[in-house]
Amino acid sequence: MPHNKTKMKTKEVMVLEDLLGSNKKIADQIRKKLTAKGILTINLLSSPGSGKTTLLESLSEILTPEYKMAVIEGDIETERDADRIRAKGIPAWQITTGGACHLEAKMIGKLFPKIPADLDFLFIENVGNLVCPASFDLGENIRCVLLSIPEGDDKPKKYPKAFITSHCLVISKTDLAPVLPFNIEKAKKEALEINPNLKLLTTSAQSGAGIKELAEYFIESLQKIRRTNA
Amino acid sequence: MHELSLIANLFEIMEEKAAEKNAKKITHVVLQVGKLAGVVPELLITAFDMYKKDTIASEGNLEIKEVPLKILCRDCKTEVVKDDFVFICAKCGSSNLKTLAGMELYLEKMELEVD
Repeated sequence: MPHNKTKMKTKEVMVLEDLLGSNKKIADQIRKKLTAKGILTINLLSSPGSGKTTLLESLSEILTPEYKMAVIEGDIETERDADRIRAKGIPAWQITTGGACHLEAKMIGKLFPKIPADLDFLFIENVGNLVCPASFDLGENIRCVLLSIPEGDDKPKKYPKAFITSHCLVISKTDLAPVLPFNIEKAKKEALEINPNLKLLTTSAQSGAGIKELAEYFIESLQKIRRTNA
Repeated sequence: MHELSLIANLFEIMEEKAAEKNAKKITHVVLQVGKLAGVVPELLITAFDMYKKDTIASEGNLEIKEVPLKILCRDCKTEVVKDDFVFICAKCGSSNLKTLAGMELYLEKMELEVD
């Protein structure tokens, strides 16, 4: 018997569902649980090589031993970044994505049982990429984007989403500013045009300039979530 | 190229909704993609065509509706569709703005074949 196609009916269904909805749901749960424990979570986002790991090494020298911190490292391959953090005496967990260009909330969720309850700061170093990580909420309280001097001052306008969704912009490697054509004021101005609420900081892990101010910003933010909890 | 992870999420939603309706096939899928969604529409289509093989949407096609960036100035109440990403009100200079549209990444609707 020939297949009777006329029996099939076409039907249109309205859905209106967010493709990032499942990620957002997990991220909200992570944020709620960590914030309730009084842990400030910071998602560090940037291109590869802007100095995220080096910045964490420098921050650890200021924050510890007074504060307890831990780091989740996201990379496509290797444990190298986690090893560098552990060498500083800081607990670190490496997520190797095996090719994926960003971290997702469910990957953080899997590590949840390992996170000590008495932490002050949980840093998540995202996969080096200024595009894809911007779309994925990881449950952080603060999203911090790094822009290093060698990358050029045009990045905020070229990669707007990373800057629009961040709370804080750190212009890193400022010790290189005298020898490279990066206009710090232009980068700050353009970043503020796309996100007027952005907290702006400049750092140099080489000279140590600005690291204390960044640490103070995180400490103030930690105190703020704890006051809200109380 | 996070478009493939987004398409994987899309298929999860599509398959769930299609099962609810007892659909035999998904023939057409409409996505709303905001100007600030941070995705490349062409790559979404490539990823969709790669992913659809051996699924309920193997003969389906993806249509992308691009949603412009629309902001409201909370101070002077002006509503503007933006072509750039300058978040400063062109009329009064305020940066007290609200994004009304342009961040979407939504499965809007699907066309199904049912018995």
